[in-house]
Amino acid sequence: MKNEFQVIADLVEKDKKVLDVGCADGTLMKFLRDNKNINIRGLEISKEKVQECIAKGLTVIEGNAEKDLKQFPDKSFDYVILSQTLQAFLNPELVLDELLRVGKKAIVTIPNFGYWKVRLHLLLKGTMPITKTLPDEWYNTPNLHMCTIKDFFHFVKSKDIKIFKSLGLNNLNSSIINESNLGVKNLFADLGIFLIEK
Amino acid sequence: MNTEKIIKTLIVKKPLKLDCGKTIQNFPIAYETYGSLNSKKDNAILVFHALTGDQFVTGINPVTKKDGWWSYAVGPGKAINTNKYFVICSNVIGGCMGSYGPSHKDSNQNIFGTNFPVITINDMVNAQYNLLNHFGIKKLFSVAGGSMGGMQVLQFISNFPDKSKTVIPIATTSSHSAQNIAFNELGRQAITADNNWKDGNYISNETNPGKGLAVARMAAHITYLSKKGLQEKFGRKLQEREDLKFGFDADFQIESYLRYQGSVFVDRFDANSYLYITRAMDYFDLAKQFKGNLSDAFTNTKAKFFIISFTSDWLYPTQENKDIVIALNSIGADVGFVEIESDKGHDSFLLDVPDFLNALKNFLDKAYEEN
Repeated sequence: MKNEFQVIADLVEKDKKVLDVGCADGTLMKFLRDNKNINIRGLEISKEKVQECIAKGLTVIEGNAEKDLKQFPDKSFDYVILSQTLQAFLNPELVLDELLRVGKKAIVTIPNFGYWKVRLHLLLKGTMPITKTLPDEWYNTPNLHMCTIKDFFHFVKSKDIKIFKSLGLNNLNSSIINESNLGVKNLFADLGIFLIEK
Repeated sequence: MNTEKIIKTLIVKKPLKLDCGKTIQNFPIAYETYGSLNSKKDNAILVFHALTGDQFVTGINPVTKKDGWWSYAVGPGKAINTNKYFVICSNVIGGCMGSYGPSHKDSNQNIFGTNFPVITINDMVNAQYNLLNHFGIKKLFSVAGGSMGGMQVLQFISNFPDKSKTVIPIATTSSHSAQNIAFNELGRQAITADNNWKDGNYISNETNPGKGLAVARMAAHITYLSKKGLQEKFGRKLQEREDLKFGFDADFQIESYLRYQGSVFVDRFDANSYLYITRAMDYFDLAKQFKGNLSDAFTNTKAKFFIISFTSDWLYPTQENKDIVIALNSIGADVGFVEIESDKGHDSFLLDVPDFLNALKNFLDKAYEEN
């Protein structure tokens, strides 16, 4: 399991009810179910991935976060997880609002466009950056709204969303992000992980 | 053919009050079982059949000598694995494969015909519930069915919230749409317009409204397929001829196919049963039973739901299946949902559609492991 999932799993207490939005093949869901006794549900757009989840015995709904989150009642989950997908939505602000309506808390991770390798790629090569967390070409990337850790940090604050914990991840190392080290983390973390509440 | 020997029946002694207000008792439910009930009695799956199905789910149907209607999905090693699960299926009341229906006799030894009480999906399910006591099953492992079978699944878990661990409604709806009712009405009109129908008394008149019933079947059959599926299978291909004949025989293969479907259907189905069962489907509106709130139909159940729809099903389209998912999510029920890609229309659930059969098998087997 990738390190990002380990960090997310550490943020969730045992025996909670969790919705994984864009749960893909259910790797994180299965880990949470088996190791933390989480009552876990998934929402996934890809039919193939939904089938993989079913084969793992996971409860998954085939659907689209932009349309299908509205069927869940307010605060019906302890946590709602959105891993590296926010930037792929037509309206990320709306999705973020929905995550925080449905979940008592939300865990959102974003690929950091401010990561030094991304900056260097654009600076030196002059072409759209391709990294481990941003593997696609400009013409076939699902990403519509790229942002940096700093952007997301400011965005969340401007919406009066409470940040419980924010972590920067670089390979195997995760470290706390705060107001004072934001500039540095924005340069050296390729992934940002935010535990938020509204 | 002596069908009495090959049809197992349970006589329900207990009176059953029907939605129409009448009460029936000492009536037969014809059923069949596959696999064996384990000692803990926790491996039973109650399968509900669709409009023209019967209790003979898989293997060779001993009456029609054709494959059972859900042979692709049910059997040894199949999605609903009869080496592992005990499958029970019964003919719905109103039907014509041994359960209490319009071809049975009333207390005066007259054949009911249209004097048989109008039944509902709720009545069908309440009648079948008696099978649980018959087999001494406290809780089913699953209830499953497609189309009208799916409606019975939904009604069953609503009526008996703690009587099944899992719930699998397939290609179905919680409320028959105007389009569904319209197609059923077309079928009923075809039957009653046949002079041989004789106001429903064709058995005593020794006539057979086969023409009307065949037309009903032909019209319905079109609704079970998709435009793309029909086009790919038949297109404009001609039936055993080089060119058009400028007449009204079956020039096109699709015409010949539909005529064949109509003609084989009348050999195995009763016209009055067709009227009664389509009526039951039309009357089905689960939300209405709960003052318009579908979620309230499921508030008392802890069962695990798995809902399946098909992309090319325009009779019970994905959205109608999703409405059930939405109603369940709004009360925090345990519900999974998948829409299967298939060109085979509504009939997909009866056919060899591997993505569907795999999903069904995986869901059941994983849920059974948690037992």
